[in-house]
Amino acid sequence: MFSKHNAPKAEDPRLKAITEAIRVVPHFPKQGIMFQDITTLLLDHKVFKDTIDIFVDRYKDMGISIVAGVEARGFFFGPSIALAIGSKFVPLRKPRKLPGEVISEKYVLEYGSDCLEMHVGAVKPGDKAIVIDDLVATGGTLSAAISLLERGGAEVVECACVIGLSHFKDDCSVNGKPLYFLVEPRLQ
Amino acid sequence: MSAYRDEDEDPRLHGIKTKIRVVPHFPKSGIMFQDITTLLLDPKAFKDTIDLFVERYKGKNINVVAGIEARGFIFGPPIALAIGAKFVPLRKPKKLPGKVISQEYILEYGRDCLEMHVGAVEAGERALVVDDLIATGGTLCAAMDLLERVGAEVVECACVIELPELKGRERLNGKPLYVLVEYLEV
Repeated sequence: MFSKHNAPKAEDPRLKAITEAIRVVPHFPKQGIMFQDITTLLLDHKVFKDTIDIFVDRYKDMGISIVAGVEARGFFFGPSIALAIGSKFVPLRKPRKLPGEVISEKYVLEYGSDCLEMHVGAVKPGDKAIVIDDLVATGGTLSAAISLLERGGAEVVECACVIGLSHFKDDCSVNGKPLYFLVEPRLQ
Repeated sequence: MSAYRDEDEDPRLHGIKTKIRVVPHFPKSGIMFQDITTLLLDPKAFKDTIDLFVERYKGKNINVVAGIEARGFIFGPPIALAIGAKFVPLRKPKKLPGKVISQEYILEYGRDCLEMHVGAVEAGERALVVDDLIATGGTLCAAMDLLERVGAEVVECACVIELPELKGRERLNGKPLYVLVEYLEV
């Protein structure tokens, strides 16, 4: 069902506008990082809708019962996808935000570590899940997300991002799970 | 005992109300936290929630849906997409990468701050502010201030839940507020 090269066809005419709608902010949050700002994409209704439509077309017939979105920018995309394909939306959040009983997964950052949490009972064995975030860089956050869902008994079918760093082009996977993304980062 | 009160006879509201989970004493003792994550686990109830807002705002020439971090990011974008508006995230400090304007607001203890990207909203645009819940109204006021400072017209504030005992509605300076459910501690 999945090909090794998981990027959408380069000929999809919507992708050019999606790339152009992303703004690069140099040296944010620190020197040397060319930050890929998707808030400008959210300002363009047609492009935002096209972005959602591409994901919906991919996932709507795959029996996906869970769309898990990574706080906070995964929240921009995940709920609309979930609504369109009839799935539950599960927010994966930074520590101490979710009010009920949670499970936590630590993950490593370039400097230090962070933690992602999911409500106990949000997923159950038999659920088929996708993980949504705006961008995948090292894959650390997505790995933590995959762990949380699997610990809850779900099967993670794929991870989906708007932007994927180019080192993922040749091996479109995170922890053995397929990775799908629409565009590569803009240089400027 | 606690109760939700109807604003409206719409039959979808009952399903929405029953899906909101109350978590006692979070984040601190005495607060009955309104957890909407359980609503998001019910595709029909979540869709009904969005539909109720979309039905109200479609065709009203709304240009901007501004959502307050983070739970406003869950409801705002689907509404924006359905009514043909742009979505503007209003965020905690230092999250937005570009040039921002900031609005400070008072909390029960201390203060907080909301930011919006410069250029996201233009003068004359008609805007909604969306969040999951209105309590004291402090955050919504800060959101409205940001939008009005750039010359936008705030048409209405829209929340899933209101805590009427905290009188947030009165704090909105006459701006209309639309909510789906009210939570009352009886």
